[in-house]
Amino acid sequence: MKKLILVAFVAIFGLVLNAQEKKNKNKKVDVEVSGVCGMCEKRIEKAAYSVKGVKSAEWHVDDQDLHLIIDETKCSLLDVEKAIAKAGHDTKNVKATDAEYAKVHGCCKYRTQEAH
Amino acid sequence: MFKKILLLVIFPIISFAQSIVTGKITDKDNNPIPNVKITNVDSNNVLFSDSSGTFSLIQGNGSVNLVLEAIGFKTLEISQSCSQDFTIQLEAAEKAKDIETITVISDKKSASHLKKVTNTLNLSQKELQKAACCNLSESFETNPSIDVNFSDAVTGNKQIKMLGLTSPYILMSEENIPAIRGALQATGLNFIPGPWVESIQITKGAGSVVNGYESISGQINYELLKPIKEVPFFLNSYASTDGRYELNTNFKTKYNDKLSSLVLLHGSTRNDKNDMNHDGFLDNPLGKQVNILNRWQYNDVEKGIVSFLNIKYFKDEKTGGTLNDNSHADVMNPELWTSKVDTDKIEVSNKIGYVFPDMPFQSIGFQHAFQYNKMHSEFGETIHHMHHKNYFSNLIFNSIINNTKHKFIAGLNFNYDKFEEHIEGNFMGEFDRIDNSVGAFFEYTYDNLNDFSFVLGGRVDNHNRLGTFVTPRLHVKYVPFEKTTLRFSAGRGKRAANIFAENINILASSRQISILNENGKLYGLNPEIAWNYGVSLIQKFYIFGKENEIVIDYYKTDFDNQVVVDLENPQQVVFSNLNGKSFAESFQVEWNINLMRHLDLRTAYKYLNVKTDYSTGLLQKPLQAQHRFFANIAYETHILDKGQQWKFDATFNWIGEQRLPNTMSNPVQYQLASNSPAYNLINTQVTRTFSSTFEMYVGVENLGNFKQSNAILAADQPNGPYFDSTMIYGPVFGRMFYAGLRFKIKEPKENKVENQH
Repeated sequence: MKKLILVAFVAIFGLVLNAQEKKNKNKKVDVEVSGVCGMCEKRIEKAAYSVKGVKSAEWHVDDQDLHLIIDETKCSLLDVEKAIAKAGHDTKNVKATDAEYAKVHGCCKYRTQEAH
Repeated sequence: MFKKILLLVIFPIISFAQSIVTGKITDKDNNPIPNVKITNVDSNNVLFSDSSGTFSLIQGNGSVNLVLEAIGFKTLEISQSCSQDFTIQLEAAEKAKDIETITVISDKKSASHLKKVTNTLNLSQKELQKAACCNLSESFETNPSIDVNFSDAVTGNKQIKMLGLTSPYILMSEENIPAIRGALQATGLNFIPGPWVESIQITKGAGSVVNGYESISGQINYELLKPIKEVPFFLNSYASTDGRYELNTNFKTKYNDKLSSLVLLHGSTRNDKNDMNHDGFLDNPLGKQVNILNRWQYNDVEKGIVSFLNIKYFKDEKTGGTLNDNSHADVMNPELWTSKVDTDKIEVSNKIGYVFPDMPFQSIGFQHAFQYNKMHSEFGETIHHMHHKNYFSNLIFNSIINNTKHKFIAGLNFNYDKFEEHIEGNFMGEFDRIDNSVGAFFEYTYDNLNDFSFVLGGRVDNHNRLGTFVTPRLHVKYVPFEKTTLRFSAGRGKRAANIFAENINILASSRQISILNENGKLYGLNPEIAWNYGVSLIQKFYIFGKENEIVIDYYKTDFDNQVVVDLENPQQVVFSNLNGKSFAESFQVEWNINLMRHLDLRTAYKYLNVKTDYSTGLLQKPLQAQHRFFANIAYETHILDKGQQWKFDATFNWIGEQRLPNTMSNPVQYQLASNSPAYNLINTQVTRTFSSTFEMYVGVENLGNFKQSNAILAADQPNGPYFDSTMIYGPVFGRMFYAGLRFKIKEPKENKVENQH
């Protein structure tokens, strides 16, 4: 039993220490991503999470900003932007190709409508 | 910005009620207003309402201050405090320049299902105020999922049942620290004053492993008022025709932006002797209670620290029994019988939570509590005395695996219980014992961010009497369509029963106590073990534009072992291990309709099938209605400029037949029918709010004046062999009127409109 407690303690504090060591493992970045609705939100966040190293991704329709927390040792902001563009959404630095944009649902055609 | 969110993020570790709430903005004619600029003042976050006028925000237990701006409408500042969906009406600007603050009309639901993976219902303070609500047990009277019953006809204690099982099988927690255990298991709810409670979360089914292994049919967590959010002064007084008087006062002191303290005082007394069912016994015991709580709250948003310190003390004395007291007589009068219950409690609890500044998804929390409970009971010639000391501590770590789709909670806890118990009467015994347990838990939450999520938890505990054991729990939530939510849960619970404290009502009878000792480690008996499985469906739909909600759930609890309390011989109560089957099935259908603006109807039907193998065979659990119908209608008027409002509320309960324990071997005059009759209870309440700081309420409980006439068996021979006050299936007092008032002094900050209550 005592061993179990010790192991659990070490596990917990190991995580804590590890996480505090390198700040860039929890880099906060905001990037502009175009979209118009809740469906876009799900698609954008899903695409962001598909990139290894993305810890948290929250996109808000109002300011068109994607708030990310990424592990810089595993991915870069550009990797995330590419993945989102591939899902059909323009980002600040990477634009979706017409073929990729064509795949998004009709109500999500952000290039032709205002955010609502 | 993230730092500011910390406050919202840190609360879940301490009180797990964080959720996404949806707000809807409409104009006076209920048309949605799109593109309203919503500024979260606390986080400086800006969002806009969509084409249906809705927006959503993540909300913890702290209140959120919002500023709403739209072209052609007056700008509005609101403080949104409960984790519930709400509607806001904007008033059209008279002139383009008009940016005056105006009244907010809120249509928050007072009882709503949370969007969590578990099947959790949240009751806000608004809902709690619908009942006369003297103490926590009565707070559940407007809720169909929980049954509130008297435990016997002399002590006035009320006990709750969920899924057909009494409170020992429900894990009660106060801000997630296990409460109301051990010595106070059966009576503890009566010592939490209703006005102290901010909200209650009722989770049906297995529940989370974070709070321990003891929950079997569900968990009920209650949140107390928070020092930082409270007003500087609050007063509530209450009086009822059954002779009860209550006074509650709260004082808040704010030391600085980070530190506040709150002193809560409760005093209540009952001096009037009443015997409405003419059995020679008091309907409610005479008594008095003093209850004091001092809370300290420290919040440092920048550093991500939240901490609470609570110091609690109460003393309660109750005297019941025959109208004439027998306790001071020199010669025992065989026609007199007195019960006395004295309860004392001292508790100190503390919790601290820390959110990592760079990682809003990661936090660490520590909570611990020490409590000392003393309960001394005398029922006629029987004496029961119990001292219970408890220390509980819990270390909780929250984080993610790779990303926020995969979250986990890991932790350790320690629990120590020391019982000194002594019983004398027809059964003599000393039952001193020390229990201690150490446990480690891990709970993983997966959310695909769309329609599917689950929580898988497990814990390993080492307990000196229960052994080393594993407690697995699983909850699954699936949202196939926008308005449909399906849930499934399964889990195991295990507990050490304190057989006398949990069945203290038995002592208010002449029943001969016996324990079928099988050399177990708890009163010679074995620990209780049960599995609970359940499914639930929530379907929302619209009929003629009115929102409807149907909730269907089915739960089954299967006992591997249970301490069976066998009352089938009217001269005996036998405690034994389960020999055969014992299960509780619960099926409930709830239909809630918003009939029109400010008019809500809630209806429910509940079927319970609770059976146990007694010595005489598999029988329905006694004093448990198998069928129950519930309806509640609530109406409130628009809130006027100065906060004036009327609120009307009525609850109807139909309680079906209940099986009564076998009394065939008694003399004819002391025999009961095999079943109790079905009966109705109607409670109503009217609240008049005169201003945002003052309101009064009046109400009636049991409007139909139903009284159980033979609540005490052999009331004429209380010291004879047939006396039994536990055969109670309904109220004994009959119709009861009450009135009360609430008054508060607000902080001097007048440019903001509170939209709560």
